[in-house]
Amino acid sequence: MAFENLTDRLSNIFSGLSGKGRLTEDDVNAALREIRMALLEADVNFKLVKDFTAKVKEKAVGEDVMHSLTPAQMVVKIVNEELTEMMGSETTEIRLRPQSEISVIMMVGLQGAGKTTSAAKLAGKFKKQHRKPLLVACDVYRPAAIDQLRVNAEKQEVPFFSLGDKLSPVEIARRSLEYAKEQGQNLVIIDTAGRLQIDERLMKELQDIKKAVRVDWSILTVDAMTGQEAVNVAESFSEKVGIDGVILTKCDGDTRGGAALSIRAMCGKPILYLGMGEKLSDLEQFYPDRMAGRILGMGDVLSLIERAQGEMDEKKARESVRKMSKGQFNYDDFMDQMNQLKKLGGLGGILKLLPGMNKAMQGLDLEESEKQMGRVKSIIQSMTLKERANPKLMNPSRKKRIAKGAGVDISEVNRLVKQFEQMQKMMKQLGGNMRGGRGGFPGMGALGGMRGGGKFPF
Amino acid sequence: MANFFSKLLNNIFSSSEVADDSFYEELEDAMIMSDVGADAALRIIDAVRREAKRKGCNLTKDVRKILKDYLYELMRTDESYYEFERQKSIISVIGVNGVGKTTSIGKLAEHFKSMGKKVILAAADTFRAGAIEQLVEWGKRVGVDVIRQREGSDPAAVVFDALQSFKAKNADILIIDTAGRLHNKKNLMQELGKINRIIDREFSEGFRETLVVLDATTGQNALSQARVFQETSQVTGIILTKMDGSARGGVALSVQSELGIPVKYIGSGERAKDLHRFDAGSYVDSIFEKQ
Repeated sequence: MAFENLTDRLSNIFSGLSGKGRLTEDDVNAALREIRMALLEADVNFKLVKDFTAKVKEKAVGEDVMHSLTPAQMVVKIVNEELTEMMGSETTEIRLRPQSEISVIMMVGLQGAGKTTSAAKLAGKFKKQHRKPLLVACDVYRPAAIDQLRVNAEKQEVPFFSLGDKLSPVEIARRSLEYAKEQGQNLVIIDTAGRLQIDERLMKELQDIKKAVRVDWSILTVDAMTGQEAVNVAESFSEKVGIDGVILTKCDGDTRGGAALSIRAMCGKPILYLGMGEKLSDLEQFYPDRMAGRILGMGDVLSLIERAQGEMDEKKARESVRKMSKGQFNYDDFMDQMNQLKKLGGLGGILKLLPGMNKAMQGLDLEESEKQMGRVKSIIQSMTLKERANPKLMNPSRKKRIAKGAGVDISEVNRLVKQFEQMQKMMKQLGGNMRGGRGGFPGMGALGGMRGGGKFPF
Repeated sequence: MANFFSKLLNNIFSSSEVADDSFYEELEDAMIMSDVGADAALRIIDAVRREAKRKGCNLTKDVRKILKDYLYELMRTDESYYEFERQKSIISVIGVNGVGKTTSIGKLAEHFKSMGKKVILAAADTFRAGAIEQLVEWGKRVGVDVIRQREGSDPAAVVFDALQSFKAKNADILIIDTAGRLHNKKNLMQELGKINRIIDREFSEGFRETLVVLDATTGQNALSQARVFQETSQVTGIILTKMDGSARGGVALSVQSELGIPVKYIGSGERAKDLHRFDAGSYVDSIFEKQ
């Protein structure tokens, strides 16, 4: 299935129409077909897609195309705004009782949704906030579920409570609270067995747990890869048990996660966190606007910008942009750029966040590129300080010495020097544009080539 | 899938006599709602439409028959798909996290044991906490040997051990449990490649079967999963799990239609007996069953 950027797709439709100042109904209809496909491919609930496209149509027809945008970008802008609105604009946090009282969280969900892992992740998260969590094993059905929780609790260095698999989960939950009180733990996290929302007996068990202990937060874990079923699941759990929020797991896959939108918009339940991997620290805050971009297949430019802002040394960056635009870029600057890139999570980390890059990346051997980058670094490090500051000094005998020092073949040094010179040339050309002050973020100039190819949607 | 989808289908088929545009549109919608996916739904409906035109029929009851035949042909498995059940076979079971690999293996073990086969299980999911214990527990329930090492040990080494034991004990079927892996994680996919190479080297004469486990509640990502697993391993079939929910599992149709990987088993429920060979006939019948 195509994982194309929606903007690209819409651009194709609109390519014959550029120059138009207003969106006609035909334009919008053509665009809406693509939007519908994009949302359905992302597993957004079918009914929601219908309502949504109707709403977008109403807004888009007759709309003036803003000066700075192409018609495709204009439609995407409207779509994005609507999506973000549906997702809710604010993030929701789990609010616990004061430290002097015991707060209770209960994890519920289908089999394999990631309850046990998420329970442990939550425990770790709150432990960092100086709470005293207790992980409680109430999954008495699945073989070895208790072991799984126990091992995870040990990894998080959080106390663990189990009464084996012979007692009823209701009884275990009740006693766990007594135990927490004795031990001075003030956050009880109950891991329950996975169950189908149509299994009346097991759904009643959850109700019974809620009757027996005062649960503050019932959290539904949902696999981000869930299809059209997501709404049914969330609605049933919400009706029969009552849920206060959702954790969307396995978001580190390549799923677009339309389930998030469906659950938020159709059940009105907030998405609290995203589960991002196997490491017990991998629980991320949920940002509705970013998810909207992901669902549309537009990458997560915002996260990238934020990360860039957090990591970039702005002064340094400005300096290198200035140098670049004058063609004075040298090996020291090149090295800086590479180090910055590394800080941002390496090539792979950046490319993943760029729109349209997810697909492009599949053919790329990132590990090889990163290894290559290491070799380039060692070559530069084998240059003298003078050579680094003044690339023009380079000559065959210097190259020979550098190759020896870096332990590489001279051809690799030659290649680097050539690439560097090309880059210098390119940057000089780009320099004019950059000084034009397109804003954006400083320092990303080194990614100039990329920027030209996978241009940002907005 | 059956219940929901069939209700929809029957509504559509009974609401109009003549198969017009809006009828086909409704049909497409019903399929999308069952996770068949927009692409596959379009393709299936196009094919059905063409066939209907060719035959010159425009009544919904005729189209119903055409669709039914088409789906049956699409999903059909014949006896040759199950040749490995009669041979000395190594079965690798792979899939993303939480789809029900270990449970399915327990059920498969029961399936083969009831056929009188000597079965060995290999606990090569050395990563997830409790995975080994879970498989050992299944081994006890079903009464088959489980080859295991410590948590965190090299999965390929477990497989190597299991193969030696398989040969020494002259067993019939070896089923390998692997760690759940998201298909976009390169290192984990390479680990799978290593396991495959060991099997090739140590037991090249054996029958190989590689089953991808798909969760019936999964949406369009299942296609991406199946596709990437197919790249690292020669995938020979699918186990579709959690079919006892209200999930539609329609994604099986698109996996078959886009990638040509057949569904071989259907899993539902928690008991060891809750796994069956996939039967296209009753599957399609159930879709069209009168409520």
